Amino acid sequence: MTANHWRDPAWNGRLALFVLFLLILFPTGYFAEFNPFVLLDKNSLRTSGHFLATFLPPAHSSEFLTLAATATWKTVAIATVGIFFALIIAVPLALLANQALSISIIGRDRLCTLCQTGRYAIRWLLIALRSIPELVWALLFVRAVGLGDTAGVMAIALTYGGMLGKVFIEIFESSEAEATRALLRNGAGRIQAFFYGTLPTCLPELVSYTVYRWECAIRASVIMGFVGAGGLGQQMELSMRMLAGSEVFSFLAIFVALVWVADFISRELRKILD
Amino acid sequence: MNTAATAPDSTQAKPSSRTRAWLIGIGILALLISSFGSLTGDWSGLFSLDAARRMIDLFAGFFPPATDTPYLKKIAFATIETLAISWLGTLLALFAGILLALPAAGYLGPLARAPTRFLLNVLRAIPELVWAALLVIAAGLGPFPGTLALALHTSGVLGRLFAESLENASPEPMAALRRNGTAAVPAFCYGTLPLIVPQLVSYTLYRWENNIRAASVLGVAGAGGLGQMLYFHLSLLQYPETGTILLAMILLVALVDALSNRLRNRLLA
Repeated sequence: MTANHWRDPAWNGRLALFVLFLLILFPTGYFAEFNPFVLLDKNSLRTSGHFLATFLPPAHSSEFLTLAATATWKTVAIATVGIFFALIIAVPLALLANQALSISIIGRDRLCTLCQTGRYAIRWLLIALRSIPELVWALLFVRAVGLGDTAGVMAIALTYGGMLGKVFIEIFESSEAEATRALLRNGAGRIQAFFYGTLPTCLPELVSYTVYRWECAIRASVIMGFVGAGGLGQQMELSMRMLAGSEVFSFLAIFVALVWVADFISRELRKILD
Repeated sequence: MNTAATAPDSTQAKPSSRTRAWLIGIGILALLISSFGSLTGDWSGLFSLDAARRMIDLFAGFFPPATDTPYLKKIAFATIETLAISWLGTLLALFAGILLALPAAGYLGPLARAPTRFLLNVLRAIPELVWAALLVIAAGLGPFPGTLALALHTSGVLGRLFAESLENASPEPMAALRRNGTAAVPAFCYGTLPLIVPQLVSYTLYRWENNIRAASVLGVAGAGGLGQMLYFHLSLLQYPETGTILLAMILLVALVDALSNRLRNRLLA
């Protein structure tokens, strides 16, 4: 009975938040054309019913499986080669932007203006590369170099080049610069200073982040297939377009399995590194 | 004595970790070489002058971007639509995520736990764009399937994160309320929920930020927003219009990044 007299002390605030929330919700629902009844409309129910009915049994003929295996491997290959090119973009830029490797700072406490501007320019370039989603890059590259793997590889290379570069710079900067500086002050070349001063402490983190991004790139390369950049996504899109439910279902299952396997490999590799 | 004890250990450990490193290195190299081998792409063409010229031509076509007022209005509308999709999708996912996190964290018995985890993993493994392409078949073109697609993928992500926070939350406050006769639902709402609200909020905000990016490209599958306009104008080879959309996308993402950075700094401070 005492429960009836008990009141939530924060009730007014919560009520106000809830009302505010509803006030924002309705216009949002209007703009997003939120209408669940569309799903229950007779026509769309019939279409989705037919589509779903063809899901089972999943496609499993041997030609289909060969096709799916080739497409899956292609997806992995696009991601791997893409990450390789991303590293080619990211590593030199990150090295250039690395303050610890600066020679001009020796004997002074700050960088020369030109060097500082150069480093900012590299950062901006990296930010620009990754601020455009990979799917958009893929769309653009499909226009420029045609349908196929190359567009996917280039899209991954640019977006992930930007991401890797930015994080590599952060890793370099958060590591102890003392060893590198000491080597530089004592006359080591910058490459030497990097390999013996910076790299030993940073390597596990660098590799671990690259492996993580490789895993993301596999997912991305499936998605990019939808705009014609090769691999599993492209096959999935074709099957969806033909409303071939059984093929779509198999592709989805393969895709989920692929993501889990990549996730597992990347986790195990990173565990070894840590 | 200490050194004597550790010395043999380290000499034994070294070869095995070194072999492992070599094995991993060889594995990565093999993967890389076979990947290069299986792609049909002509890599010499990739870095050729011709390819570079085509890229430059493409980008030059975006300038000057289309800026007539009716078109800008359309862009503004598509931007609002993108924001609405991301916001509503995240919101739906917040609720679905909490509902799914409860069984996934073992609140509804051990039997419900494994299947819910499996469901969350599947929801999470299938990207937004694939969900969108599937839902466009069921719900037709437009922002609605995009919203649902975001909601499905995000509820997988949030559900898993929420389940983890629920498992890490102290069970004591709720248990105390239960012992004193509170029913299960209020006991959860007043005992456990307040403990995880900060995490819920920060995860949801983080996902919302992600979803704005996602929503801006979802339209490529026909699910509304800026992406649909991008796909439309790019297909019609209307490059100045495409340029404006790209600019709008970059601005939107940059704006959201800046805002969320500021918000996060304020929350942390």
